[in-house]
Amino acid sequence: MTEEPLLKMRGVKLEGRSDEKWNPIINGVDLTLARGEVLGLIGESGAGKSTLGLAAMGYTRDGVRISDGSVEFDGIDLLKASAAVKRELLGKRIAYVAQSAAASFNPAHKLMDQHCEGPVQHGVMGRAESEQDGIELYRKLRLPNPEQIGFRYPHQVSGGQLQRCMTAMAMSCRPDLIIFDEPTTALDVTTQIEVLASIRDIVEQFNTAAIYITHDLAVVAQMADRIKVLLKGDEVETADTRTMLSAPTQEYTKSLWAVRSFERPLKPAVLTSAVPVVSVQNVDASYGIVPVLHDVSFDMYEGRTVAVVGESGSGKSTAARCITGLLPPKMGQILVDGQVMPADYRKRSKDQLRQVQMIYQMADTALNPRMSIGQIIARPVEFYLGLKGAEKRKKVDALLEQIELEPTEYYNRLPSELSGGQKQRIGIARALAAEPKFIICDEVTSALDQLVAEGILRLLARLQDQLSLSYMFITHDLATVKAIADEVVVMKDGRVVEQGPKQEMFQPPHHPYTDLLLSSVPEMDPDWLTNLLEERGVDNIGDAAVGKM
Amino acid sequence: MILWIVATLLGMGALAWGFRFAGQAATSNGPKFRDMPFGVAYGYVLGTGILLWLIWAYTQGRSADTAIANKFFFLRIAIEGFILFSIAAWLFRILGRSVGTVWSKKMFRSMPLTASFGIMTILIYAFLAIFAGVIAPYGQEEVILGAAANIVPGGDPALGGDPDFYFGTDQIGRDILSRLIYGAQNTVGIAFATTLLAFFLGGTLGFLAATLGGWLDQLLSRLVDVLMAIPSLIFALLLMTIASVWAPQLGIPLTVFMVLIIAVIDSTRVYRLARAVGQSIVVMDYIEAAKLRGEGLGYLVFKEILPNATAPLLAEFGLRFCFVFLTIAALSFLGVGIQPPLADWGTMVRDLGGFVNFAQFAPLAATAPLLAAGAIALLTVAVNFVVDWMLHKSSGLKE
Repeated sequence: MTEEPLLKMRGVKLEGRSDEKWNPIINGVDLTLARGEVLGLIGESGAGKSTLGLAAMGYTRDGVRISDGSVEFDGIDLLKASAAVKRELLGKRIAYVAQSAAASFNPAHKLMDQHCEGPVQHGVMGRAESEQDGIELYRKLRLPNPEQIGFRYPHQVSGGQLQRCMTAMAMSCRPDLIIFDEPTTALDVTTQIEVLASIRDIVEQFNTAAIYITHDLAVVAQMADRIKVLLKGDEVETADTRTMLSAPTQEYTKSLWAVRSFERPLKPAVLTSAVPVVSVQNVDASYGIVPVLHDVSFDMYEGRTVAVVGESGSGKSTAARCITGLLPPKMGQILVDGQVMPADYRKRSKDQLRQVQMIYQMADTALNPRMSIGQIIARPVEFYLGLKGAEKRKKVDALLEQIELEPTEYYNRLPSELSGGQKQRIGIARALAAEPKFIICDEVTSALDQLVAEGILRLLARLQDQLSLSYMFITHDLATVKAIADEVVVMKDGRVVEQGPKQEMFQPPHHPYTDLLLSSVPEMDPDWLTNLLEERGVDNIGDAAVGKM
Repeated sequence: MILWIVATLLGMGALAWGFRFAGQAATSNGPKFRDMPFGVAYGYVLGTGILLWLIWAYTQGRSADTAIANKFFFLRIAIEGFILFSIAAWLFRILGRSVGTVWSKKMFRSMPLTASFGIMTILIYAFLAIFAGVIAPYGQEEVILGAAANIVPGGDPALGGDPDFYFGTDQIGRDILSRLIYGAQNTVGIAFATTLLAFFLGGTLGFLAATLGGWLDQLLSRLVDVLMAIPSLIFALLLMTIASVWAPQLGIPLTVFMVLIIAVIDSTRVYRLARAVGQSIVVMDYIEAAKLRGEGLGYLVFKEILPNATAPLLAEFGLRFCFVFLTIAALSFLGVGIQPPLADWGTMVRDLGGFVNFAQFAPLAATAPLLAAGAIALLTVAVNFVVDWMLHKSSGLKE
């Protein structure tokens, strides 16, 4: 006789309320989870992954309802259960780990106080016992200084540590099921590894079942026993991880898998006589008295892409701010076409400003929500090129066609009426409208789904070929670097650690930090994490490896 | 007495428990009653109790015995007014849904009854203010020949009223209805102008401080802090006293000084809001993009910041309008605001205030000052309803 599954969802339908009517989010999905099993739930944003994850707890966000189906946890129907029964289950037997740990912890209480609340409330343990157990969990999750860390406030620990503290908190009652909602999406690759490894260990150790929600295929390959792919509220396919990775049956799944194979052909080496479009020379910069950049130098040539990589806080974006003139450097200078640029953007002429354009990470905040697409793109056209009336409209239409959006359809829309990828395209069009030579792309794809991100990368590559633009591509995602870069600059703690052409950078030998960064990028191989941990030695992942250098 | 209160509370608690239990039995333990907290059940019982008392009190108010009816006179008026206004607002909303442009129809469809009441009331006030000269039966300063002073409102000769002056006359024999209508023009008109001026001042300076920052921001903010540290009504009173000496010397009406003084004092509040809203907009990437494009200050403030700040500013405008309006009424009540013989609601309350003492045995006589007070209250409530609704809409809360 087979064992009764822990969680059984049958034909679950979810609806969300908007525009005064109920719209379907999930159209009847089945989900079965055995004890101790980890199920990966993947899909683009808007596929309904998180909503389905929450429904597994019998919970919905405001304005969402479960219209049909059943959710059975260990024989208890969660949808018909009374509030009292659910109170007993949630937190104690079913736990939830949210995407943003920083936003989920109460900033006014110490970590340990928040950790102990669950067990004490549910009567699983007493306060003292629970504290001991917390320290034990912190140790198991390899948090530094496990005896002391619980006495800190959430803002006093780093993002990766906080995410692990939340996992410890979810574990505090030894639940049968944990739902992880994109727990590593907001983290750097090097930090991500630590969190992944600790989550995997602890889930195995306590034989906890888990639903792991993510949009990163490589991550899910490391964590899950089985993978379920969702698309717009429908299940595409479900299979064992290895089967799914090696032989996906559905077209959509194959397209997801294929994204990572996009790569541009190598370009010939730069002529030594060529003048760089933008040259950063010995730049030192600081915020107030805190120094952020130390003697940073690199060149960018016409028609080529320089990828600047590094963890958050490594000074990538600061370097971009120095180039644009938002943060005048303390020492050193910025040259455009061999001409020294004034350090402060206010002192630059209109033409100098026009040459350097920028595309932002968050398209939501980069476009004025009260301006139509036409107005947004027309402004630089009018401002820099002095075009008016019909000529202006013609230019804007041409730009919209260049970014593959139909002018008549999109000209009068507001940014809120566009999808994330389309908004990013508008950002690109606005930069192009100035007819620049050089564009800074600040993490332009990191907020987008993989398929959409690939579309943006292909568009940028095509524009580069057509207009021989230079890009400075700031990113922490090395897969993107592989896809689009010609040269790579690796930064750490405000210094350039290593730089050179891409083909050299992806072959050993490297600076140890580059090595660490490269080896931390998850691969689609399900054994990757296991192998990597063995290679590095289980006890010194991440932190220790950085310390070794 | 204490025993009574405790007994009532306990009795209601028992009722609440019984109510929930009965509900559970009746719906065979459906989720609505099963998961109902005790507090909610208690609330239902309390609400029912209050409703029953109101119905009882209303029947008392309509009783033939004047001694009893007088006691509940104002409650009766309030209940009748509440029901009448609700019906009027409901009809108004139906009207709005069926007449007008697509946009206005859509707006009325999603509108709560409170907001439609607010809009209706504001429209009526605006109509009265604009056409006061046509609507009002007498002039605002006209002492009517042949009419007695202090005619009681209600128009019932048996109780000292006069059908010709349904709202009565004041202490020197002027028609209260006409003065109420002209009061809308004076009080509301001046309040509107003052609020506009306050927003122009505070909004411009606030956005400038947010955009430029640095020493200008420091200077303006500290100045505003100083002004805000002084209690506003006392400060206004002080300045008005000074102004009342200057006004005759300079030959400028005192009202102009009043508008300026209140506008400056209230602009400090607008400044704070505009600066805070502006600051949260200035850090957006699209502002950075505009700055890097080389845009000037005017473009930044009027094209990039202002359109994104309209919702909170509009909501504040409604609220600020109420405060300005109340300040003017208060100043007039204290004798330094709008000067006689101009009709003003604040002054009217002060002049007729003594009649409130008759409330217990001659409620109609006490209505005289309450008419003007009611006009103030009604407009304030109406504006706040509309503001609440606008805030709710702009905050994006749907349900």
